[in-house]
Amino acid sequence: MPSSALDSACVRKPWNDPQAEPYIRIERVTKRFGDFVAVNDVSLNIYRTELFCLLGGSGCGKTTLLRMLAGFEEPSSGKIFIDGLDMSGIPPYERPVNMMFQSYALFPHMSVEQNVAFGLKMEHKAKSEIADRVASMLKLVRLSEFGKRKPHQLSGGQRQRVALARALIKQPKLLLLDEPLGALDKKLREHTQFELVNIQEQLGVTFVVVTHDQEEAMTLASRIGVMDHGKIVQVGTPKDIYEFPNSKFVAEFIGSVNLFEGQLVTDEPDHVRIACAELERPVYVAHGISAAPNAKVWVAIRPEKIQLSLQPPSDNHNWTRGVVKEIAYMGDMSVFLVKLASGKQLRITRPNMWRHDDENLTWEQEVFLHWHDTSPVVFTA
Amino acid sequence: MNDVAATLSTLRQLPPLRWLVSLLHRVGLRGRNAVIALPYLWLVLFFVIPFVIVLKISFAEMQTSSPPYTSLIHWVGDKLTDLRVHLNPSNYLGIWADGIYTQAMLTSLKVAVISTLLALLIGYPMAYAIARADTRWRGMCLMMVILPFWTSFLLRVYAWIGILKTNGLLNNFLLWLGVINEPIVMLQTDFAVYLGIVYSYLPFMIMPLYATLEKMDLTLLEAAEDLGCKPMRAFFTITVPLSMPGIIAGSMLVFIPAVGEYVIPTLLGPADSLMIGKLLWTDFFTQRDWPKASAVAIALLLVLIVPLVWFQRRQAHATEAGQQ
Repeated sequence: MPSSALDSACVRKPWNDPQAEPYIRIERVTKRFGDFVAVNDVSLNIYRTELFCLLGGSGCGKTTLLRMLAGFEEPSSGKIFIDGLDMSGIPPYERPVNMMFQSYALFPHMSVEQNVAFGLKMEHKAKSEIADRVASMLKLVRLSEFGKRKPHQLSGGQRQRVALARALIKQPKLLLLDEPLGALDKKLREHTQFELVNIQEQLGVTFVVVTHDQEEAMTLASRIGVMDHGKIVQVGTPKDIYEFPNSKFVAEFIGSVNLFEGQLVTDEPDHVRIACAELERPVYVAHGISAAPNAKVWVAIRPEKIQLSLQPPSDNHNWTRGVVKEIAYMGDMSVFLVKLASGKQLRITRPNMWRHDDENLTWEQEVFLHWHDTSPVVFTA
Repeated sequence: MNDVAATLSTLRQLPPLRWLVSLLHRVGLRGRNAVIALPYLWLVLFFVIPFVIVLKISFAEMQTSSPPYTSLIHWVGDKLTDLRVHLNPSNYLGIWADGIYTQAMLTSLKVAVISTLLALLIGYPMAYAIARADTRWRGMCLMMVILPFWTSFLLRVYAWIGILKTNGLLNNFLLWLGVINEPIVMLQTDFAVYLGIVYSYLPFMIMPLYATLEKMDLTLLEAAEDLGCKPMRAFFTITVPLSMPGIIAGSMLVFIPAVGEYVIPTLLGPADSLMIGKLLWTDFFTQRDWPKASAVAIALLLVLIVPLVWFQRRQAHATEAGQQ
């Protein structure tokens, strides 16, 4: 399970430190639009200098939650505290928060410099100070040569960086980012992801990022909050979320997963045995779960945690047989789709570690699939 | 679609159309060119040719005959070299010499400027409210803005006489309310002229303003607020600059017809009011001095067009400079 609270690195993992004061405290916040409940009784703590990702499909309430932090929406009930201050009734222009919009929302009639300077101008800062800070901010996002341009004369990636610079110029303690990389192409996205993390670490700002892209969330976040139907269903580090999903929904939403329905056969404190109709052998898991005897459970196994072999494994559990139906060669790894006798199709990935593959697995070949007894995740249905 | 295409191609084979099409083809007008040529054709027929005719008359001399002006071209002999062109600049010089025209022009410009500003002040909040109203109401609001056009312009101006006159609706209403003790003179005042112009041309101000305000991205206002800008300031730093195209278009649509306005000052304004539109009318129909009236019309056009062209060129330069 996640690293213990006694972890010496709890300075960098403040959510494990019971003494740590959260920077943002969301307390039982609900937001209704007419009959529709966009955000449903959400409580969440976010700590200083975290890069927190709100992840979920469209309409799950993640953007509404972000907009409530920015002050564009008021919660229907519940409270939001930022740095210990109750934010109810405080308009956006008085909050210590800046936001980077999904559409970037750059002012089309202003140059890049004027866009970036806007926040400081509103604070009536001296002209020379504004010029200095704008220059250094443009340098940070590597746009120094583009200060005189208008937004429509920039590429998508450059606009994204202007939006970031504009949101950061007031040195907010908290920056909200709505799908920050959504409008960029894949190459630029990967590059920008690392840049964002860099800037975040350099300035020590707390980031709250909304995204529907799980890959983006995994690379960016210190912690992820997975949302579904207005509720936060799991909060944890990317690794927690991926390796220890707490529900079928989270397991299926993050990455891909092979799911089997089964029945609990033995449930001991140190192991459980589960019979799955779709698998030839029972599933053996090396830890106990607390569930009723003979309970219906779900077993989830990630594609990269299943091994393929041509010889039958010696154990009498944790394996099954199938026929290779599809092979997708992706360069760094290959994806196999294997059909079991029960008709169920499994997804298995394996890294291409050698340039010459001795096994030479091919279509319609019979293979054995097996996994380690720590690999399956069990959900009580 | 195929039916239409087939019908068209059959039509093209018929003699008169066939000749027209082949003629157009010969001068290079086909396909896309022909489509682009249409608006030009319209402009030439209904703007350039009448303009040239008026320009021609403005350089002629008045005479009591039909037409009531002299010809510019005289033949003194039979040969082509015997052609003489006689341009008479006295109409234009007369406009300068006679202070009344300059004065009338200045009065008209003043009335037009003030009316345009008033229309902008009244029209902007209206356009803003409509653009920000619930989508269900927008169509209805716009309908109400253009509804007066269903009635004749002349009738609507006449109706104001009934409202504004000393024994009119408004005075009687105010007397009944007890706000005033005796009727106010409203008709035949400058106030009535401004009221009439603003009332008549307000829809021309609202429409372009609505068009620009309606398509504005509202997240820009959220972005401004997020950066510490209060709503009122965001309105002046974001909304107003972004609606500038609508402000300019609406102001032009009110200002240009207001300068030459004849009906409203005549019906609602003071009898002795000196406006260029009224002078033009008198010259044409009372004095029957067509050349003088044409010269006034051309001068009026120049006064309006020259600043406009200058402004547009400056705008174009500014945009170009911004792109470098």
